[in-house]
Parts: sequence; structure tokens; C-alpha cells
Amino acid sequence: MAGSKEVEWGDIWHNPLGGKERKMLEQKNNNTSEQKNKNTLEQTESKGMSLIVKTITRLTVGLILLYGIYIVLHGHISPGGGFAGGVIIALSFIHLMLAFGKEEVLKRFSSEYITFFEGLGATLFLGIAILGFLAGYFFLDFFVDKGAPFNLFSAGNIPLYNIAIGIKVSSGLFAIFVFLVLLRVIKDKDKQ
Amino acid sequence: MLELEFLIIFMILGAIIAIETKDMLSSVVAVGISGLGLSLAFLFLKAPDLAITQLVVEILCLIILIRATLRRDLPFSTSGRWYFNTTVTFVFLGAFLFLSYFILKELPSFGQPLMRVSEFYLNQGKNLTKATNLVTSIILNFRAYDTLGEATVLFTAVIGVLAVVRKIGRK
Amino acid sequence: MRVYFLCFILFAVGLYAILRKRNLIKIIIGTIICEYAVNLFLILIAYRKDGRAPIYSPGQEVKNMVDPLPQALVLTSIVIGLAVTALLVGLAIRIYEKYKTFDITKINQLKG
Repeated sequence: MAGSKEVEWGDIWHNPLGGKERKMLEQKNNNTSEQKNKNTLEQTESKGMSLIVKTITRLTVGLILLYGIYIVLHGHISPGGGFAGGVIIALSFIHLMLAFGKEEVLKRFSSEYITFFEGLGATLFLGIAILGFLAGYFFLDFFVDKGAPFNLFSAGNIPLYNIAIGIKVSSGLFAIFVFLVLLRVIKDKDKQ
Repeated sequence: MLELEFLIIFMILGAIIAIETKDMLSSVVAVGISGLGLSLAFLFLKAPDLAITQLVVEILCLIILIRATLRRDLPFSTSGRWYFNTTVTFVFLGAFLFLSYFILKELPSFGQPLMRVSEFYLNQGKNLTKATNLVTSIILNFRAYDTLGEATVLFTAVIGVLAVVRKIGRK
Repeated sequence: MRVYFLCFILFAVGLYAILRKRNLIKIIIGTIICEYAVNLFLILIAYRKDGRAPIYSPGQEVKNMVDPLPQALVLTSIVIGLAVTALLVGLAIRIYEKYKTFDITKINQLKG
């Protein structure tokens, strides 16, 4: 079972552990007791942290997500904007993944959805910019009545751009973290 | 501004500790402290957007660095052309710092910036865009091309990470 | 003037780490320190004495604000620095998997 066979590109997208690797993992876990003792470190690591951390995470991760959305939406009134809010939303998902383990979270968010949202954010940003071609400009601010200064629905195009940047940055950084973490699980199983 | 100078000296000490320690976890923690000091420096320089962004980006950078360095230490050895390398590096850095003194005399002094372009943004920014956060109105209305370039760079970096860490490879 | 010089010393510390260290993670840390120094220098240029943050408050007329243009540039630069760091760490993980070490003097086999 050397690690030199090639795996198809589709495996990492639809099934985070791969079809064949999952079967071999289960066979190896059922084999002998020495291997069970060796595998317990990875097993307990991948099952997440202790009960205190899990309870606090359940209470606070929704508040962190809400705070990130607040900073994105109020980008034109108070300090913040799309970039800081996007990073905070990504941090709330990473918090969930660190506290509950990789497999639990990856069963619910598959890799397809994360990369779909990243492409959606970039396309939305470019789409709002190209809509100015109808009048002959690029990046045209097409709200004629921009509202009074301190309201939430004001300042023309700026809240729409903030939402697009927020979606893009948050899903991009979460995708980077998921793929940096996924590599480790498969690598450690190949070495045995 | 005396507190700003103390803060930058604190950051320099954190940076020196980060690159000289043999323990990987201590050096990652020292980089984190240096980044938090930078976030405080942004607050002293009256830039609250940047302080928020630098704080959360620093936390994410620490998580990514810890993932790469956990349980992988490296023994220290000084083989090869060590003396020649060290003296050339120190000579170069000494010349760099000495010549920078003459350049820094030509800059406008600390506290009086030349704001030729920014006068227009400060006077007309709120009337033209009705947004009360001037930094957001600059990056998304007056200079939106730069934000388009930044979105492209982020997209490329994410695609680059996905391409590097996929499973296909030969031993 | 002293403040600018201290910022250049921070940049020189980062540059020393990139040039002289043999561990790949220390080189990445040197890149991060250089990037902090450059962002700090851009904001130091934009400070006005007794200025205020460039954000309006309801019911106040402010006259002297600090320069908002370099703050707009550095805001995107911080997030791009994070993306570059993530890419470097991904490359370093891949190199460790193949060569079993982070020592740059032992990574010298170009294979196809």
C-alpha cells in the first residue's frame, strides 16, 4: 500500500477522504490492536476538542457570524467594510471546524459549495461594474438619488460592492483553510 | 509621539525574538505579538479601519502558520561558508541603513503631509457619494479599479493554494 | 524623523531573516515582518498632527482629518499579504512532504 498510486482529481471534491482511501482506512482500523493504539491520536484529534469548548462554540459562533455581517453591511457608515467583515465571517466557520473536528463539518459543507460561493462573489463584483456599459462608462454609480448621509440605504453602489467583497473574501479564506487541513489527513495515512 | 516610538521598539524586539528562537511555537507566538503591536500603532495613527482589519488578519495568519509548524522542529547547524555569508549580509544591511538616513531627510517631516490629491477627496467626498466613511468611498467609488485588481489577486492566490495541495503527485 | 528610521530598522530585521536563515519557516516569518514594516511606513507618511480619523460623526463638523488615500491603499495590501502568506505556507507543506525537512541546503534535487 505504497503511497505512489495516483488518485483521480474528482475524489477530493465529492468525498473528502476519497472512496478507496475510506475503505482502506476502515480496514486498517479494524485490523489489530497495536494499530488501534497508534491511530487513537489521529482519531481523537479529528473528533474535536473537549466538551467545554464545544458548548461555548455552540453559544458564540452565531454571534460572531452576526457581527461579521454587521460590519459588512455598515461599511459606509462606520469603520470596517467588506474586507474586515469577510475575514470575520471566515473566522466563524474556522472556529466551528476547529472545535468540532474535520469530518463533522465537512459532511455539511462540501468543497463544491465553498468554491461556488467564491466564484459567485467575484462574478457579482464584476457584474455590477459591467452594468455601467449600458450608459457608456465602467464602474458607473447608477443610483441617481443617493439618500441622506447616515442611513443604511444610502451611498449608491457602495453597499452592493461591500456585500460582493464580503462573500468573496470569506469563502476564499475558508477554502484555503479547508484545503490546507485536508492534506494532512490523507498524508498521515499514506505513511503507514 | 513618544508612545508610537515605544510601540515600534516593542515590535522590533518581537521580530528579533521571532527569528532567533529555536522553538517553532515560540517564534509563531512572537510574530503574533508583533502584529498586535502593529494594530495598536494603527490606532495611534488614527486609522480604525486598518486596526480592525490587521487584528483579524493577524489571527488568521497565526492559525495558518501553526498548522504548518506543529511538531516539526529542525536542528541547528552552521556548516558551509558561514563567515563570508554573515559579513556580507551585515555590510549590506549597514550600508542600507546608512544611506536611508540621507533619504529620510528629504521626506516631509512627520505630521505635515503634502495632501495635494487628498484635499479634493476630503472636501468633496461626502457631497458626491453621500457616504460618511471616506476610506470606503475612496476604495469603492473613486478608485474602484484598485479594488478590482485586489479581488483578482485574492482569487489567484486561492486558486494557487488549491493547485499546490491537491493529491496528485508522484513520490 | 526618528519614527521613520525605526520603521526602516524593522524592515532590515525582516530582510536579515530572509537572507540568512536556513529554515524555510523562518524565511516566511521574515517575509511577514517586511510586509508589516512597509504597511507601517505608508501610514506614517499619512499622519497629520492633531488630526482626526477620516470618518464623519453625526452632528459634528470636522476640519482637519488625516490623509485617507494611503489608508485606502494599505487596506487592500493587508489582505493581499495574508493570501501570499497562505500560498507560501502551502508550498512549504508540500516541500516538507517530499523532502522530509525544512532545511533549504538539502532541497536541491530538480526532478521532472
